[in-house]
Amino acid sequence: MTDLVSGPIAAIVAMTLSTYLTRVSGYWLMGHVPMTARVRRMLETLPGAIVVAAIVPIVARSGAPGLIGVGVTFVAMLLLRRNEFAAVALGLTAVALSRAGGL
Amino acid sequence: MALFASARTSPDHIMTTSAQQRAKAPYWSWPGLIEGARLSVPLLPGMVVFAAAFGTIAAQKGLTLFETVLMNAIVFAGAAQLVAMEIWSGPLSFGTIISIAVVTAVVNARFVLMTASLRPWLGPLPAWQVYPALLLTTDATWIVGIRYHASGGTDASIYLGAGLALWALWVVTVIPGYLLGAVVVDPARFGFDLMLPIFFMAMLVQLWRGPRRSIGWAVAGGVALVASWLLPGWWFIVIGAVVGSIAGGFIDD
Repeated sequence: MTDLVSGPIAAIVAMTLSTYLTRVSGYWLMGHVPMTARVRRMLETLPGAIVVAAIVPIVARSGAPGLIGVGVTFVAMLLLRRNEFAAVALGLTAVALSRAGGL
Repeated sequence: MALFASARTSPDHIMTTSAQQRAKAPYWSWPGLIEGARLSVPLLPGMVVFAAAFGTIAAQKGLTLFETVLMNAIVFAGAAQLVAMEIWSGPLSFGTIISIAVVTAVVNARFVLMTASLRPWLGPLPAWQVYPALLLTTDATWIVGIRYHASGGTDASIYLGAGLALWALWVVTVIPGYLLGAVVVDPARFGFDLMLPIFFMAMLVQLWRGPRRSIGWAVAGGVALVASWLLPGWWFIVIGAVVGSIAGGFIDD
């Protein structure tokens, strides 16, 4: 394998194949699971569950700046309905300011 | 009485609307491509800084510019690429390549769940149209698409348009990062390392469908937090999301 192509190219191709596998397997699997009411509710809960499962540990690890940034984003989303650009910008600004402030 | 009647019929009306939306067939459109790209705009600054930072790291690790651009173009998974750089060393042995591929799959395991959640939306479309679009799946592509679908839209081009816009920028902006390494500032200084949770929080507010639906979300957050203490890497997202959505499946409408 490494004799035919250079090591880095082989590694990049291997990364590509394993990434593509993760990108298609969940979708493929769900095409082979009967769409019962329970499965439908699971899939409806899934997007929010992924989002929360990503936010909570990352914010917990990052300490005060992360908590402030996510908190500011949340409040901004409630106040500026549907303007996620402003909410994200405010959240990032809050992180930058709290870090500059030594938090 | 009218008020009572309207309160009684209102849940049924909501059910009918959401059932109609579920039944509405997905389709492709040119305006959808543009709209998808437009919806990804809030994510682009973070993408640019991340790509530039990755270019700098790749240059330090001894990748050629061609290899760096190739990796961005065909792997297109920032977190996995960064982690791969951690174990990328000198002449790559067969064993190192295999472990890079395995680590990549582990970091990207969340894509399995993300694309599973796209099935109710994209399922009716022909497989040969959907699978190429799925190859553009990233956190950003997915969250733009799922937010759009949660608000009632079914145009699959949104997913493709967001994916293509993010992909193009990811491929192009790695180049200055690679060439001008020293110029690139620390992403953490501007909070860009926390782009993911901040953007996810903005999207979460729009995914909100009442407290009953969010019981599964709370379970997901709690399980993910515990998993992040017990296990290395990114497993916490997958474990938390699976347990949370199973919990959501057992809560009746």
